[in-house]
Amino acid sequence: MTLISSSRPRTDRPRPTRPGTGRALTHALVVALALAIAVPVAWVLLASLKQKSEFFGSPWTLPEGLHLENYIDAFVDAHMGQYFLTSVLVTALGLVLVLAVSVPAAYVIARYEFRGRGLVELALLGGLFVNVNYIVVPIFLMLVDWDRALVDVFPGGFFIDNPAILSLVYAATSIPFTIYLLTAYFRSIPVEYEEAAALDGASRLRIMTTIMLPMARPAVTTVILFDFLAYWNDFIISLTLLPGDNKTLQVGLLNLFTAQKGAADYGRLYAGMVIVIVPVLLVYALIQRRLIEGMASGGVKG
Amino acid sequence: MTTLSTPSPGSTNRTSETGGKAPSAGSSRRGARAAPARRRGNTGFVLACLLPALVLFAVFMVIPTVNVFRTSLYTWGGFSPDKRFVGLDNFRRLLDDEQFVRAFQNTVALLVVVTVVTMSMGLFLAAIMTRQRLRGRNLYRFVLYIPNVLSVVVIAAIFSAVYDQKNGLLNGTLRLLSLDGLQQVWLGNQRIVLYSVAIAMVWQSLGYYMVLYMAGMASIPEELYEASALDGASATRQFFAITLPLIWQSLRTTLTFFVMSAVNLSFVLVRAMTGGGPDGSSDVLLNYMYKQAYTNSSYGYGMAIGVVVFAFSFLVSLLVSRATRREPLQF
Repeated sequence: MTLISSSRPRTDRPRPTRPGTGRALTHALVVALALAIAVPVAWVLLASLKQKSEFFGSPWTLPEGLHLENYIDAFVDAHMGQYFLTSVLVTALGLVLVLAVSVPAAYVIARYEFRGRGLVELALLGGLFVNVNYIVVPIFLMLVDWDRALVDVFPGGFFIDNPAILSLVYAATSIPFTIYLLTAYFRSIPVEYEEAAALDGASRLRIMTTIMLPMARPAVTTVILFDFLAYWNDFIISLTLLPGDNKTLQVGLLNLFTAQKGAADYGRLYAGMVIVIVPVLLVYALIQRRLIEGMASGGVKG
Repeated sequence: MTTLSTPSPGSTNRTSETGGKAPSAGSSRRGARAAPARRRGNTGFVLACLLPALVLFAVFMVIPTVNVFRTSLYTWGGFSPDKRFVGLDNFRRLLDDEQFVRAFQNTVALLVVVTVVTMSMGLFLAAIMTRQRLRGRNLYRFVLYIPNVLSVVVIAAIFSAVYDQKNGLLNGTLRLLSLDGLQQVWLGNQRIVLYSVAIAMVWQSLGYYMVLYMAGMASIPEELYEASALDGASATRQFFAITLPLIWQSLRTTLTFFVMSAVNLSFVLVRAMTGGGPDGSSDVLLNYMYKQAYTNSSYGYGMAIGVVVFAFSFLVSLLVSRATRREPLQF
């Protein structure tokens, strides 16, 4: 959001037309809302350090000491460490896949005239309205079908319970959004760069990879951020497609959460939550400016 | 890249003012590469770039979507091969299914409440943050946007901690303030569980829309406000006469997409937080579909619910888009 803060004076001069009380009231409202968000998150972070006995009684007491056993418990006994690794791999592979197929497609749609382009664009635009969770059941059934067809080759099954396939499904279902954003950006780049490069004898592939791709870096970063959040935070798809022991972090947390309802084992759950929250918060804190700018340019959420 | 520059048989639609029809294919191909690349011999390149994405899109999005509609016409236990065509029977059964009607009502109620609250609060906050230039508004924006990067499982777990009957943040605080009478079983009371879910949904999405509208409002020229202030317009009047009309297009787009994301968010949140309970009182359409498909293994019936979800969210999006159509204003 450099745009706002740089193009406007940052002085806090009071506006002559506005009465001071109204201003104070609205300020109080904003503070209250910010607290309503910050307090529960901070509370979970703190509660993860509490001992079992401290969870009963007032919720506002601070932890008595640094009890890290909740973390050891979550990481080792609840396998959150292992799930963490799975999530990292699935997310990374998903991002690689989606970029590998979407960047060329978006570039071609933005720059080349070809028969059926209108149709392709329309189909992808329609895809923006199809949420993955609407179609998770047929995707699951289709993969089960494929497994059954290939039972001679892979007796144990190949498509279900395969993290790489989960990545592929993530990548495939975020194609409409990714191409939509990249196409818009490619179109905004002046065509002269490519014409000059073509005159110099650069091949089409070279123009795409060494000229257009670097120029589209802001849009690519935006896409990576949004797809990262979508893959990392998903639990419906991974719950469905990875029914075995190899779970993602979110599903692991969901299990802790379900188990806690019966056993009231808060410490382990809160530690698990912190393990899930902290990486995302760190990424967010580092790139929030990028993220918010990108959001302003995209404007859609899948 | 030799495969790409080879003209494929289907490359008839290229513009062929020059070299395209040259008889000596070998040498002319080299020439074609030097000329502006977007002009000729493109079909191979276009296909190679487009096909992987289109195949994935078709296999994992188009076919499953079609399958939702197709399967809804069958009665099918999923893993068993007996798949019987029953026409619209599944839909007829839906009408008599009280659980379904309840899930539908809940979805609509959540959609209406959450949309109205989130959008109006988002607009209001964005207007305050941009117009009043609060001190520390970058910090507020940072904090308010946090829920949008958290996963729904985390949000469900946070809210369970807040709503927990005995040791929760909410009931614990009420007890501290000696307001024990106000304590509630926030997720266990059939009458209030839907509001508890709605609050979690607003909590999650408010910051996102606020930031989006702030971006829209930041591009409104300051002169408009200065001029109207000279004419004595109040802040409220300025909001309705300047801000709102000028970000209308952005509001319209977000509303159209919000329908879909709210239908989805209500599902993931309910799935993680209440499972639809107690006794179906917080069930929503997609959650009921999921239950029918996996717990009950009635895929045909489940997909009929899926069709309803598709039709519903498409129709509402269309209606919203139609109802909010205005002449775009320039500034």
